[in-house]
Amino acid sequence: MKFPYSELVLEHFRHPRNVGQIEDADGKATEGSPSCGDMVSVYIKVDPEKKTISDIKFESYGCASNIATGSIITELAKGKTLDEAKQINWKTASEALGGLPKIKAHCSVLAVEGLRSAIQNYEERHGLVIEKKPTTEDEIHRRLKKVMNPLSGLDLERTNLVKELHLKDGIVRIMIDLPPGHQFSNSIKEEVKEKIEPLWDIKEVIVDFMG
Amino acid sequence: MFGKRVYFDNSAATRMDERVLEAMKPYFFENYAVATSEFAYSEGIDAREALDKVRNVLATFLGANADEFIFTSGNTESSNISLKGVALALGKKKGTHIITSRIEDFPVIHSTRALEKQGFQITYLKVDDDGFIDLDQLRDAITDKTILVSIQHANQEIGTIQDIQKIGHICREKNVLFHTDATHTFTRLPLDVRKIPVDLIAVSAHTIHGPKGIGGLYIRKGTPITKWMDGGFQEFDIRPGLENIPGAVGFAKAVELVTSEETQRLQTMRDRIIERVLAEIPNTTLNGHRWKRLPQNVNITFHFVEGESITLHLDMHGYAVSTGSACFSRSLESSHVIMGIGGDHERAHGSIRFTFGRYNTMNEVDEIVGILAEIIKELRKISPLGKEKMEDTK
Repeated sequence: MKFPYSELVLEHFRHPRNVGQIEDADGKATEGSPSCGDMVSVYIKVDPEKKTISDIKFESYGCASNIATGSIITELAKGKTLDEAKQINWKTASEALGGLPKIKAHCSVLAVEGLRSAIQNYEERHGLVIEKKPTTEDEIHRRLKKVMNPLSGLDLERTNLVKELHLKDGIVRIMIDLPPGHQFSNSIKEEVKEKIEPLWDIKEVIVDFMG
Repeated sequence: MFGKRVYFDNSAATRMDERVLEAMKPYFFENYAVATSEFAYSEGIDAREALDKVRNVLATFLGANADEFIFTSGNTESSNISLKGVALALGKKKGTHIITSRIEDFPVIHSTRALEKQGFQITYLKVDDDGFIDLDQLRDAITDKTILVSIQHANQEIGTIQDIQKIGHICREKNVLFHTDATHTFTRLPLDVRKIPVDLIAVSAHTIHGPKGIGGLYIRKGTPITKWMDGGFQEFDIRPGLENIPGAVGFAKAVELVTSEETQRLQTMRDRIIERVLAEIPNTTLNGHRWKRLPQNVNITFHFVEGESITLHLDMHGYAVSTGSACFSRSLESSHVIMGIGGDHERAHGSIRFTFGRYNTMNEVDEIVGILAEIIKELRKISPLGKEKMEDTK
């Protein structure tokens, strides 16, 4: 039999580690939503002295890449300090799984986002972050690095697909260097909106395509 | 676990019947000439005769005359020839309005999108929860600029069968051409052009245990079609290119081999899987109409879980099925059919299509239900969704 995934991905898909919820979690987050596809919830317990992740659990409403990435990041993050765990990115997770298909990058990024958001949730609840800052174009560019270009498995910024970006009065305009009828144009548009719209001071996100 | 394979994706492709291959063989090895050579040497005459004979088989099957049926490379090409050919023939003369539905398969929906870019106006009719178009809406949508209505005979994903008899009468009454994509109904449901007022029918061999790469198009005599692919004068000067004689012979053989008993058997499998899954696995929804659906099609949403995860687990158990999940699709978009019947992304996300064919058995159907129940249970344990609802149904 042949599978589109590595042995390790299949192993984590079949037997995901650290599945479930933590009742009295110190930090928790859900990324994605049923309406846009995959969804991941991450729960963490934090050792208050050492600032390390003492326990972590996840749940996934997603495809094989999503489940396997959720599983691997719980293994990678367990025992790490919060700062170390924040460094875990899609590349780290993908490498730990022996590689993921490029077209599946967007499904697995969600799990990594889930971990980061759970840590952020802990920090917010424990007064470790300062109050809301106004969104800058830099912050938007940073978020666009989390939107994957399914053609290459790399993000939109790295593959130079973001041709223009304007932020004015809470309205973001982004020009993507793909034709409007492109195979992935709708899916990229949805993901860009999903990443930028939750920012507290953003009212509207307009995604345009070239040509 | 990795031994036996069960193929429940017969709307994507079918195992070719050995008898079809046997019928094709002589046209690969003994007479490999093409019909175009009929005035040069005798092999050409044999080729012409073979092609005429199978064209007659296909045309007769539809109740048509032989000169109303052309061979193509498949239903994609047949629908492209129909939509773009009519658009070119009537766009300047009559009008630039075309009517179709929101749940058509890609050959139709992507042809209409391409025509939109050329300045054509397209009405995409809504469908109801089961996938049926509203006949009154169709009637109202037709204007004096409408040149073509394209509504599929049955849906590729949810199996819903449209009332093409009534659709055809409305088109006839309003003097508009009617095209139907019959890829999944051909030979499985009655389709006779003497009874149904339809002008263009796209069919294909790949869904009926015939070869891939051959299909056909019925064109009612007098239908205005402009040829747009340039080449030779083959297929009544509508579809140029080397005649695929082995393919055409295989197509005709495949049609001859389909029996109503077989179709009845597929329908029994369909009904068994629908009844058992809905009864034995909680939180499941049937997509499409319960009985006005293709005899070989089942489409069910398993709530709170994602389709690609289900297909991968089933694959490991030896079963091949497909899903409408965005994770599975080549464009990373949820099935436009499930969305079209008023479903949300969630309903598409967990939808699984089972399609049956000649080589499936009732035993395989019974086995998959138990395996599915296990897989769904395990995936729901991982899922953050539906926990409270699942408690309720225990």
